[in-house]
Formats: sequence, structure tokens, C-alpha cells
Amino acid sequence: MLHKDNCHARGTMGGAQHAEAAIRVERLAMAFGEGQARRTIIEDLSLTVAPGEFLCIVGASGCGKTTLLRLLAGLARPTEGRIDFHGRPVNGPSRERAIVFQDYGRALLPWRTVGGNIALALETCKVPRAEHAGRVKQLAETMGLSHAVNHYPSQLSGGMQQRVQIARCLAQSPSLLLMDEPFGALDAITRQGLQDEVARLAQVHGTTVVFITHDLEEAIYLGDRVVVLAANPGRILRDIPVDVLRPRHQLTTREDPRFLALRHEVFGLLEGH
Amino acid sequence: MAQKWLGAVIPIAMLAAWEALWHIDAMRMESLSRPWDVGQALFHGLTGGELLIATAETFQAALLGFAIAAVIGLAVGVVLGLLPWLESVAGPSIDAMRPVPSVALIPLTLMIFGFGVRMEAAVVAFACLWPILIVTISAVRSIDSALLNVARVLEMTTYERMVKIILPAALGRIAVGLQLALAISLVVAVTVEIVLNPRGLGHGMMSAQQAMRFDQMYAQLLWIGVVGWGLSYGSQTLLDKWSPARRAKEPS
Repeated sequence: MLHKDNCHARGTMGGAQHAEAAIRVERLAMAFGEGQARRTIIEDLSLTVAPGEFLCIVGASGCGKTTLLRLLAGLARPTEGRIDFHGRPVNGPSRERAIVFQDYGRALLPWRTVGGNIALALETCKVPRAEHAGRVKQLAETMGLSHAVNHYPSQLSGGMQQRVQIARCLAQSPSLLLMDEPFGALDAITRQGLQDEVARLAQVHGTTVVFITHDLEEAIYLGDRVVVLAANPGRILRDIPVDVLRPRHQLTTREDPRFLALRHEVFGLLEGH
Repeated sequence: MAQKWLGAVIPIAMLAAWEALWHIDAMRMESLSRPWDVGQALFHGLTGGELLIATAETFQAALLGFAIAAVIGLAVGVVLGLLPWLESVAGPSIDAMRPVPSVALIPLTLMIFGFGVRMEAAVVAFACLWPILIVTISAVRSIDSALLNVARVLEMTTYERMVKIILPAALGRIAVGLQLALAISLVVAVTVEIVLNPRGLGHGMMSAQQAMRFDQMYAQLLWIGVVGWGLSYGSQTLLDKWSPARRAKEPS
């Protein structure tokens, strides 16, 4: 489905490197401003993400969640420390690392249809033009957008717009999907539907996902691991593996005693800070 | 339906009053031709072809100047919009040159180009450049950073970024600047012709006035009004039809 051959060279990784981390963050620090006004957003943060892992990051506002994601995407440069992606340092944005922005309304091209927005990634990935129509159709189908391919983003609901953005990210055949509170602005029903779809897609394609949210239930429901951040300055408070079986179910998983125990644990951590 | 024609009430009433004045001996003025005579002069001008030739001459200079200004204004505007530091370098010079009345350049352009279309187009281009440049800079500057991030994450080349993101995103606002400049182009072209360039509608009006053919002068004045209205109506129609912002809002 993701046609890895077309876009980015995941294939260049040797078999021996496969055991290596997808992301290795070492002693990361990020500060803005100078002198008196200098504010440390992230301090001494180290983290590894395994290939194919679904990592959720939760934390109160001001803990540097979004900044961390921007750093992982290569949209910002850290003040100190380093980030390696499959053994290579991150020096800037790359099509291998797709990012789903929280503000879907601003991240879509209003003058392009849904199909055109999805095709944007195909165009820049140099996918042959003859394949575009088929790929767009397929991606639209995957994200439940088939009936809306010729609509403009302004004609769609928020949930549908976010589906378009995810479809565009999938079109760039990423090996890492970065998601910045992607469902924060959506209603509960829409959010649950999209949660299950993203979980399924990530599992089917073996895509590594770093998912940021302020909703701790969402983090536990989706994640293989939940990293809890503390604020001012942002740092890792706890790194918790989620030992809840997959596939998960919106109703039964959320009633699972293990899920509830984790929920209590994370809630307590966030409460204390 | 009836409301559509309400706008015609004032022009018709004024024409009637004007015609009526002519019939009162005490109110008659030689310099104020009869509407009937003006209409006849307009008819003869159009059927005789002189008015159409003069219109073509004026449009040639106006559109040439506009095109030059559009090419320079868009190119420089996009670059300055994308590079804030370059705008800090060029900004003060732009602010210093912008208030110079375009007509004040007539002596200089006359010296360089002599009489004719090139000199007129140069003055028009100078007048049209500023609105296009200023609007383009601000349009590019106000493009949502989220869209620019999309371009970065997709590793777009400079060309792709320009064609797929920046120009379409800024086009709606740039079009407004272009429309404004188009209206200015006609005004400035006619002005240059009235002041000294021996061609086009402006010169025709001056000749008619000096020959005491006031009916012809009014006919040309009326015609310039019609042409100017046509130009702005045409550009507005074009804008409505092609504006990407408008397209996005259309129900499909």
C-alpha cells in the first residue's frame, strides 16, 4: 500500500542495521530567546524508538511536546544534543518522515481538491504521472474519502480534512509518521474512528509512529509505549510500556484492568506535575 | 429586476437636465455642447474609426506599461516577500521612490525615448509598479507558515515551492493589486497623452478642445469613461472566474 520503492530508500538499510533504533535522541535541549528572555523548552531529553513502534507522548501544555515533534521532523534545529534517524543525523525535513499537523485546516491547500492535495505528495515524490490517478483512488479509499475526491477542503468537515492530511502523508510513503495532537479538535466519535484507522495502518505497513496527545487515554489506547513529559523545562518523567494486547477495541480495551491500571498511573503522574 | 435599472436614473436625469439647459437661452453656454451633438460626435467618431484608432493607441501604451510593471512587480515582490532581510535593504528605497508622481517622470522619459508609445508605457509602468510590488510582498509575506512547512516536509525544490505553494496561495491578493494597477494604467496613459504625447484618446481630447470642437471633446470624455468601465468590468469578471479562492468556495 505504501509503495516504499517509489519514494524513499528504506531499502538501503542493511539487514544488520534493522535491529537498530528508528530514532535515537541524545541529550536533546532546546531554548528560545537570548539573555534574560531565554526560555528552556526541552532539557536533557534522551529517547529511543524502535522500528515499527507506536510511541505516544503525553504531557501538560508547555512541556515541549510540539517542539519535540518539530525537532524530530527536522523543521527546527536543537540547541544541544542530536537526533539520529536510522543511524543518520537529522539535519532537516525529509519525505521519509511525514508529519500530520494538528491544524489540518491550515495544512491543506485550499485551492486543490482532496485528490489534488493527496497528489501533491506524489508529485514531489516523483511518482510517474500515469500512476497518480490510481494511487489517489487507493489512498482515498484507505482513508474513507472516495466520495469526496473532487471536493475542496472547505467543503469538508474537520474529521474529513484530517483524513485528507493523513492520506497525503501516506502518499509520501514515510517510514516514520509524526502526529501532533491530530485528533485534538475532533468530536469523540470521529476521533475514535480515526484512532482505529491509524493504529491499523501503522500495523499493516510497519510504520514507526510518534504520536503526541494531551489525552492520556488516547495515548494508552494507541501506544506500544507511553512517554510522560514534565513541563518547564520539558523532560521525560516516565517511560511506560503498554502491555495491553492488540488488536485493541474501543470498548473492551478501555475496560481492560491493565488499561485502567495504566490510566491511573499516568493520571497520577500528570496530576503531580 | 426593476432594481437593476435604478442605477440608470441619475445619468438619464443629468442628460435630460443638460439637454434642457441648452433650450433656455439665458443658460446656454458655448463650451457646454448639447447632449444630442455629443452623441452624434461619438457616433461619427466610432463609425469614422478615429476614435477606435485613438483607443487602440491608448490601450497599447497602457497595457504595455502594465505588463512591464506586472512582470517586474511580481518577480521582485515574490523575492522580497520571501527574503525579509532583502526587503530591509530595498524597503527604504522603495518607500522613497513610491511617492514620486508618475507624471513627474515625463521630462525624463521624453529625453530617453522621445515622443511615442515607449515613453508613455515607461511612465505607465512606473505608476503601476508600486501597487503590484507592495501587494505582492504583503501577499507572499502573509502566506500561512503551515503551508510553507508542508513544502519543507515534502522537500520541494524552489521551483515546486513557487509554483505549487507560493504563487497559488498569494494569487488571490496579488490579483487585487493587478486589478488596481490596470485601472491606474489607463488613467496614467491618458494623462501623458493630455500633457504632451501626440497620440491616443488624451491627445484627441486636447486637439478637439483647442479646435473648439467641444462636442467631440465631450464625446471622447464619455468614451474614455465607457472604456474604463469596460476594463474594470472585464478584469473583475476574469478575477471571479479564475481566482483559486473563489473556486475553493464553489459548491461542486
